[in-house]
Amino acid sequence: MLEAVPTTEAYLMLSGTLFAIGLVGVIIRRNMITVLMAIELMMNAVNINLVAFSHRFASLEGQIFTIFIITVAAGEAAVGLAIIIQLYRLKSTINVDEARELNG
Amino acid sequence: MLNTLWLIPILPFAGFLLNGLFGKRLGKGFVTAVALLASLGAAVAGTIAVVQYHAAYPTGGLHLNLVYNWIASGSIGADISFQLDPLSVVMLMVVTWVGFLIHLYSVGYMAHEDGYGRYFAYLNLFLAEMLVLILGSSYLLMFVGWEGVGLCSYLLIGFYYQTDYAPAAGKKAFIVNRIGDFGFLVAMFLMFAYFGSVDFAKVSSIAAAGGVEHWLLTAICLLLFLGAVGKSAQIPLYVWLPDAMAGPTPVSALIHAATMVTAGVYMVVRSNALFRLAPGAMMVVALIGALTALFAATIGIRQWDIKKVLAYSTVSQLGFMFIGVGVGAFTAGIFHLITHAFFKACLFLGSGSVIHAMSGEQDMRKMGGLKSKIPITYWTFAIATYAIAGFPPFAGFFSKDEILASALNNPYFPKPFSWLIWSLGTVAAFCTAYYMYRLVYLTFFGNFRGTHEQEHHLHESPASMTIPLIILAALSAVGGALLGWPHHHFLAAWLKPIFPEIGGAPEAQYEISPNIEYALMLVSSAIAVIGWWIARTRFRDRGLEADDQFARNMPAVARGMENKWYVDEAYGATIVRPLEGLSQFLWRGIDALIDGTLAIVGYIVAAIGDLLRFFQTGNVRNYALMFFLGVIVFIWVLA
Amino acid sequence: MNWNDMIYILPEVILTIGASAMLLVPVTGGRGAKLSAKWMMIILLAITAGALIYCSHAVENIDQSRQLQAMFALDGFSIFFKLLFIGAIAMLVMLSEDFLAEGKYSPWEYYSLLGFALCGMMFMASGVHLITIYIGLELLSLSSYILAGFYKSELKSTEAAMKYFILGAVSSAILLYGISLIYGVCGSLNLLDIAAAMSTIVTNDALMFGIMLLGAGLCFKIAAVPFHVWTPDVYEGAPTPIAAFLSTGSKAAAFAIFARIFYTGLHDFHLEWNYVLATISALSMIIGNLAAITQDNVKRMLGYSSIAHAGYVLLGVISLNALGLRGILMYSVVYVFANLGIWATVLMLRRHQYAGERVDDFEGLSRRSPLWAFAMVIFLLSLGGIPPTAGFIGKYFLFAAAVQAGFGWLAVIAVLMSAVSMFYYLRLVVAMYLREGVEAEFAITTPLRIVAGICLVVTLALGIVPSSLIDQAVLSSSHVAAHAALTPHAGR
Repeated sequence: MLEAVPTTEAYLMLSGTLFAIGLVGVIIRRNMITVLMAIELMMNAVNINLVAFSHRFASLEGQIFTIFIITVAAGEAAVGLAIIIQLYRLKSTINVDEARELNG
Repeated sequence: MLNTLWLIPILPFAGFLLNGLFGKRLGKGFVTAVALLASLGAAVAGTIAVVQYHAAYPTGGLHLNLVYNWIASGSIGADISFQLDPLSVVMLMVVTWVGFLIHLYSVGYMAHEDGYGRYFAYLNLFLAEMLVLILGSSYLLMFVGWEGVGLCSYLLIGFYYQTDYAPAAGKKAFIVNRIGDFGFLVAMFLMFAYFGSVDFAKVSSIAAAGGVEHWLLTAICLLLFLGAVGKSAQIPLYVWLPDAMAGPTPVSALIHAATMVTAGVYMVVRSNALFRLAPGAMMVVALIGALTALFAATIGIRQWDIKKVLAYSTVSQLGFMFIGVGVGAFTAGIFHLITHAFFKACLFLGSGSVIHAMSGEQDMRKMGGLKSKIPITYWTFAIATYAIAGFPPFAGFFSKDEILASALNNPYFPKPFSWLIWSLGTVAAFCTAYYMYRLVYLTFFGNFRGTHEQEHHLHESPASMTIPLIILAALSAVGGALLGWPHHHFLAAWLKPIFPEIGGAPEAQYEISPNIEYALMLVSSAIAVIGWWIARTRFRDRGLEADDQFARNMPAVARGMENKWYVDEAYGATIVRPLEGLSQFLWRGIDALIDGTLAIVGYIVAAIGDLLRFFQTGNVRNYALMFFLGVIVFIWVLA
Repeated sequence: MNWNDMIYILPEVILTIGASAMLLVPVTGGRGAKLSAKWMMIILLAITAGALIYCSHAVENIDQSRQLQAMFALDGFSIFFKLLFIGAIAMLVMLSEDFLAEGKYSPWEYYSLLGFALCGMMFMASGVHLITIYIGLELLSLSSYILAGFYKSELKSTEAAMKYFILGAVSSAILLYGISLIYGVCGSLNLLDIAAAMSTIVTNDALMFGIMLLGAGLCFKIAAVPFHVWTPDVYEGAPTPIAAFLSTGSKAAAFAIFARIFYTGLHDFHLEWNYVLATISALSMIIGNLAAITQDNVKRMLGYSSIAHAGYVLLGVISLNALGLRGILMYSVVYVFANLGIWATVLMLRRHQYAGERVDDFEGLSRRSPLWAFAMVIFLLSLGGIPPTAGFIGKYFLFAAAVQAGFGWLAVIAVLMSAVSMFYYLRLVVAMYLREGVEAEFAITTPLRIVAGICLVVTLALGIVPSSLIDQAVLSSSHVAAHAALTPHAGR
């Protein structure tokens, strides 16, 4: 092992930061594509965590989970994009703020 | 019959199903036959059960008929089980037979109405639910019936759904009763949590064994009483009952006078072991009862609608019953419940007969001089009026007198409080005599004040309506003397077994020295006579003028009475609107909350920098923010 | 890996193959046969149910400890829920017929998505490993997003899908982050291993953090406050059969994993999380019920009502005792049937494309169809928890469990809020019985009638003679209760 290998804590900080950026992104971005990207960011923060822990425990479980998450994220992106297209067709916009007919 | 008690409520329930499902298709004859047979069947089956019960338990024990284990799961089981004991027997007889008479009466009264099948289906369902209420052996089953009769009551109040006021009245009854149900539910819940059971017998024996904390008993009693206040229309929840007169008149007689509204009284008597140990709660019961008795009686003095007078009268009489049970004279309360069922059912059915004769008119200002036109109605009505006004030896005299005598001589309260209750009750009794005779004189005496057409139409009601009237009038006349002649009190002896011996609590049936009792009887009679005399001098010959004069002399009081002391308006301003506001607030509040929080967070984000320009309220993002804040709050709370 | 192990997931395998095949039918030119899509789906569900029952008998002879390397449990708990799910989906298939008939949507796609959603739910019920649970959850969620936006021409539907998707994805991410932290502390994703690891830990911030995030993610799925905001919007916008699906089957599946995770995996930290969940439960009951009162839109009202019901079910999780677990099982059944009955009524009262969703649409129903109105009253009473309907039995157990666990105050709130809930449930009764309505169109079709009939019979039967359900719930929950070191008898 090289001295420069980061500690688990460092990975945690990275993933925490990424997760927070993703969450804030969902909250503040209006463009739905960006929102989708922010969600991906949150997912990937999770992946970093899992891989880091997996490495620490020397168990494969975390990495297997990561692969599953990547796969599911791909599916999720597909569904998300489909919904974006649908929204664009009906409303000619992908600004999430403008779709607020349902409220109360 | 004793081991198939469930048959008694099942019979009217079957009637409900038949009429509800097939009534429309099979016509009036079928509906009538089914409805009458179902209610008569229940009455006959009930009577057989009572006879067998008396043979099996000559000293009046508790007969339990377990139908099956409803919820069988270790420590939290519950049974479907019916019971007969002296109290249930009394209620059973009143409910089934008065119920049958009113079914019979309805055949004539509703003959020309739309929705004949629907009406009888509801009425049968009501009877079934009422029987569950009084035969159930636990608070849980009582609650099943309690909700069931409530539902039927709302449906029947709103029976004339084409009118504006009937559905509104049904809705009002429904909403007001929810408040009472809170009380019942929470009380039941406390019993379950602390006693581990909601069976009458178990709860009663746990309480009687002593050792239950005082606050708990008081809380349970007050919560139960809250339920009773809702169902039995006491201050402050009585407002639904006068509006409930929007329903057909036989319904007013059966549900809103004779049976359902007395369920609260039944419940308190049923829980006598708890109440006797919580004198504070009893004080509340007695005071609320006395105030209601007086308050409603004063309102009754200035009403014009014949049914409204009777409705306020019912509220007032229920107040008397609560005085009775509140001062620990449970027998007297039940006694008055029975006599009231007779005379008030008679009065309501009589008023129905009057309305029938008047082609639907309910305003007393349009009546007058009906005595000779509808003699049977008049005579039965007059007898029932004697009874309610408390003329000896009519039924109401004995029961009301017993209540007032007990109020003054009870072993629970300090003397001044007893005097207060007694005086309130006595004044209310005076008002009762007065408004009842006002009604009689305005309706049956003097000149006819209606239209020509109405006069032409005047007719006595058919036999199916007059027969119940005659029977009920007879019961109003002699029922009191038969059941509760002072010191030869049949009812007291009969009900004795339902009051357990409790160390530290006064007897549930206490003796009043004969001298005091006779003196008070004189007072009661005098009061009834004075009330009658004043009404007679004012209204017998002068009719409406007397009321006008009253309004001239005391305009403020008259207006207050006429407008029911502005209670509805006060509720609107103090409870309904703020509640609507709260609900509105919470509904809109979710958005507003997010928006508000957003604004705050917005500033923070602005301070950070450019992010502000992305910041605009928009739903999905707000929702996401809410998630975020929710998570933060959890973690913050937990750390 | 032993092929014998495959028997555990035989029903899911069948369902997956069947649903995939249905997706391919339009490609192969079977487009014209609309009716047969429904029957295909019913047959598929029947085969799945048959396979499930067969497996449940077969696995009794197999070593329970080797269940697919402890990722997938075929125990009483999962079989109970799976049968419920299959039943709910079968009824939803019946409810969907009109919706599909009137749009130009492919029934094959629709039913196969429902099939995939069911498959996800079944995996959720069986998951004893966080990967299994997550995959099941995502399969359900992805199908639901699409189904919520199935009204492609309606903006409302698309908007609902968009909201559901964004919030669902965010909540999944939060849930995953929680899972990753739990993994980081406990070193495993298997619930039993997690429980074992947790029993040696006294306190750990990262673990608490993880539990909270996981809980927050799950609360989204069951729609508990403050993660509930999507519910009314999505119910309103989604096609009505899908709203029915989200509020019944999908929600019951979320209840199942909630119970499984907290009973099997996290019970050692009970004292740490129960107050947080108790607060969520209280807030859900209060806000859900109060907000429902002023709703004029029935779908939104049912949305808020479902938030409140999530609060009731949480009582069963919080109390963490045998009664509570039984309560969750029973309440899920009771809730699904009563709710489906109501949704069937909403679907029957059609107005334009969106079915009878205003309270006024119910006006005068009692005169136009007395039996249906009566059934509706029973469903509403059941949701309100009034005896002798099934809803009372469910609530009885949940509330009793809360009292037994020392959460008397929460049970009092629950009782009070149930009484409040009767306000808006009986608003519909008032509309049906005390108003004269003419507006809403009225289309009782045979499938709707069958669904309402089944729901009515079940709701009444379980209320009047609940012993079979209680016994079944005791039996089905015993395995999970044993994991949580609970005695199989009432009380600890």
